[in-house]
Amino acid sequence: MTKLIIILLSAVFINNYVLSRFLGICPFLGVSKKLDSATGMSLAVIFVMLMATAATWPIQTYLLDPNGLGYLQTIVFILVIAALVQLVEIVLKRYMPSLHKSLGVYLPLITTNCAVLGVTILNIDEGYTFPEAMVNSLGSGLGFFLAMVMFSGVRSVLEASDVPKSFRGLPITLTAAAIVSLSFLGFGGVIENLFA
Amino acid sequence: MNTLQNFSKGLVRENPVLVLVLGTCPTLATSTSIVNALGMGAAATVVLLCSNVVISALRKVIPDKVRIPCYIVLIAGFVTMVQMLVKAFAPALDAALGIYLPLIVVNCIILGRAEMFANKNKIFDSAVDALGMGAGFTLALSLMALIREVFGNGTFFGMPVPVLSDNHMSILTMAPGGFFVFGLLIAAVNKFSAHKPKKKNFGCTDCPSASVCPQACGSGEEEAHD
Repeated sequence: MTKLIIILLSAVFINNYVLSRFLGICPFLGVSKKLDSATGMSLAVIFVMLMATAATWPIQTYLLDPNGLGYLQTIVFILVIAALVQLVEIVLKRYMPSLHKSLGVYLPLITTNCAVLGVTILNIDEGYTFPEAMVNSLGSGLGFFLAMVMFSGVRSVLEASDVPKSFRGLPITLTAAAIVSLSFLGFGGVIENLFA
Repeated sequence: MNTLQNFSKGLVRENPVLVLVLGTCPTLATSTSIVNALGMGAAATVVLLCSNVVISALRKVIPDKVRIPCYIVLIAGFVTMVQMLVKAFAPALDAALGIYLPLIVVNCIILGRAEMFANKNKIFDSAVDALGMGAGFTLALSLMALIREVFGNGTFFGMPVPVLSDNHMSILTMAPGGFFVFGLLIAAVNKFSAHKPKKKNFGCTDCPSASVCPQACGSGEEEAHD
């Protein structure tokens, strides 16, 4: 149980996908302008990450590895994720139209989000068991959520500030991201010592 | 457009990283040392070249409606090949790039060039375009890696640089430094290209997959900046 908590907390704070592993930078910069779209996108990412791990971990462990097909990992995972996203969209549209209305617009964007493919591959690389992999995915998704929500706050302040001409737009956003990411460096070493 | 222009547009005018702002994730993550940056650039260029050539050759065969999944399968196949080659012949590079090697699959530059160029142009032009874009990607990556390695680690290709090796700013090789140096580089590009009309604005509408997800460009849409 302690191990699961350590995995969860370190996925959220220390190895934050956006701020220290640089995965999912495109949605982080593109969709973080408003709080509601940042929240919607992050919830969709958490959902797809959990679904993708639940699908790809058994495929790798029970289908690819026993048959010596481990090298097909990349190609199988991206196809599974693409198919899954489509499936989730169709199911949500049919049975949960209200949820589809709030999350649906972000789903097609997620297929090519490297955070989702990244988490499924990292779960295998780290040699996690199934519960550990699911917890890691949840933590990674929550970390993404945290980074997006925090950063949308930073950006709403940036909107109102007077920025030098050549720094307008992306450069100042990246500089702000550097400062947010700096604050996350402070978590290093905290979680291991919490349970020591 | 002649061949030379076709090649050189990827280097400067339409540099995929600094002007089109595609493929930010590998740029930030693998630019901690020059060797890693060159390795990542070379791997992505090989994948881009293969995928552009094959997609261009098959542009009349692939049905329009299922083209994106087809491209993704092709790209994933080439990425797997590159991955296996790197594992076999450059295991140190494989260890350094780690997760970012398989993630070339979801690198926007590759799908973006397939969608914007290869499916409309001849094989030769597509190959030249891929080489130009690959070189531009490698150039931008190496430039960032140069700054981060020399000032952050005090080394150049692993060799210590006098003075700087005793006074290096380690923060530049860490995550915040990546964001910061990238921000500075884009600011510099904005500064020096201020007189030209901007080719692309960063945002959802300019995403290479925008055409397949028109509904996604609502609330997340960026307004044009300069």
